[in-house]
Amino acid sequence: MKHDKDIDGLIALMARLPGLGPRSARRAVLHLIRKRDQLLGPLAQSMQRVADTARECLNCGNVGTADLCAICADETRATGLICVVEDVGDLWAMERAGVFKGRYHVLGGTLSALDGIGPDDLRIPQLLHRLSAEHVTEVILALNATIDGQTTAHYIADQLEHRDVALSSLAQGVPIGGELDYLDDGTITAALNARKRF
Amino acid sequence: MYLSSLGLSHFRSHRQARLTLDARPVALSGLNGAGKTNLIEAVSLFSPGRGLRRAAAQDMARRPEALGWKVTGTLQTRATAHEIAFTSEDGAARQVSIDDKPASQVALGRIARAVWLVPSMDRLWIEGAEGRRRFLDRTALSFFPYHAQAALDYEKAMRQRNRLLKDHVRDPHWHGALEAQMARSGAVLHANRQATVDRLTRAQAEAETAFPITDLALVQSEGELPGDEAALRVALAGSRARDMVAGRALVGVHRTDLAAVFAAKGVPAAECSTGEQKALLISLILANARALAQDEGSPPLVLLDEVAAHLDADRRAALYDEICALGAQAWMTGTGPELFADLGPRAQHFAVTDEDGESRVAPVA
Repeated sequence: MKHDKDIDGLIALMARLPGLGPRSARRAVLHLIRKRDQLLGPLAQSMQRVADTARECLNCGNVGTADLCAICADETRATGLICVVEDVGDLWAMERAGVFKGRYHVLGGTLSALDGIGPDDLRIPQLLHRLSAEHVTEVILALNATIDGQTTAHYIADQLEHRDVALSSLAQGVPIGGELDYLDDGTITAALNARKRF
Repeated sequence: MYLSSLGLSHFRSHRQARLTLDARPVALSGLNGAGKTNLIEAVSLFSPGRGLRRAAAQDMARRPEALGWKVTGTLQTRATAHEIAFTSEDGAARQVSIDDKPASQVALGRIARAVWLVPSMDRLWIEGAEGRRRFLDRTALSFFPYHAQAALDYEKAMRQRNRLLKDHVRDPHWHGALEAQMARSGAVLHANRQATVDRLTRAQAEAETAFPITDLALVQSEGELPGDEAALRVALAGSRARDMVAGRALVGVHRTDLAAVFAAKGVPAAECSTGEQKALLISLILANARALAQDEGSPPLVLLDEVAAHLDADRRAALYDEICALGAQAWMTGTGPELFADLGPRAQHFAVTDEDGESRVAPVA
């Protein structure tokens, strides 16, 4: 079906968003147009504001609307703990849990020789700089349990070996509410190896 | 375990085929090119991997239609029966479903096992180490379903490290991190392989068999055997400079080879006669099947392509007796029904024929 050129363009752009396809983009655009005052207008303004101000935090690599993100600007989070994550999505996941009260460091990817991503592309030098600048006492590696994620974790651990800082990584094993029957062999092995006294 | 039904649709030379089966061995006779091996290739899909020809899914489609293909079967295991289906549509990758639900290769490996001997393995003992390593890893996979994941992890870390070597990246931390990954999965691979060799050795020693016992050992084409994770990590780090010159890893579990000796004669397999080499392979396949039968409670599917023709009458009779004693559904191919005459009613016999470029399978009374 042929729409107006501008509406078609909006649908095409929306369809490029993660989680949306052409059909859901059409539905979303139609919904926005019907709710022009309540949704479309405020959304457009909000997007424009973010487009004008969004930037990477100079300190940790998180996204925000100022040079320092809200977490780095918050002095109460200078606890001496830094949690290293692969990308901003992982940081948000950690923040959703609301348990971690320290700061983050977003690497922006993982080491991959095949993709030409080296340590200098990953904000690792910035992490090393932060250790002394922020009096860090512990670095928590919260990287994905993939080959690339674990290679990157090893690399960072190696870099920190002679620094006066504790190093830890997230535990691997049975998820909360999980049933053993549904776990793969690798996870069960990891969980058993990391068992703790009851 | 055995297949109580097998269906092929547009698979290789078979447009449609449907076999109803019981647990007995399956003897397939027919002229060259009739489609016998295609049939047992379909059965080989029931164990994890790419099947006995290691072919891509698109190559299994019947020509010239090339519409995609489907193989279905009812696998009777000790506990229950599973409906298993493999499909590939229009050149896409093969999909597995177990009991109408999409399933992974690992899930398939937990319920289905198959071991095979095909003519392309005749040169196993004299060709390069890669073929023997593949044979060893496939055997290890039959005992350890997670062996494939360790192999994938090792391969992935090694590819990354090889790229560093080729690009002359000298960052020792980066190399060290990748070597740690290689060492972790490599140690698992090595331990599985060693356990496999030990298990085959024990299975051969425990059996009364007409086939020669093979002394097996893991050897390293260069340097020492990998050992445990820590030793492997040290070996990789120590080899870094030489690896940089070569542009690839010169030590590690990817350099392991399987050495075989005809035990009674003390002669390396590579120096044995063609017939003896075949007998050694049959001995190992049977040992693998016996070990699985013992460990899992039921024998695996056994696929023997063109094996009968290469054995003299006594050996052939011995092979049939051992297969029947094992209770395995062994799928055997041969150019004529006379090759399977000794089996008589102990097996179910089928004739495979080619009619105008289309394979037909029919039971033989």
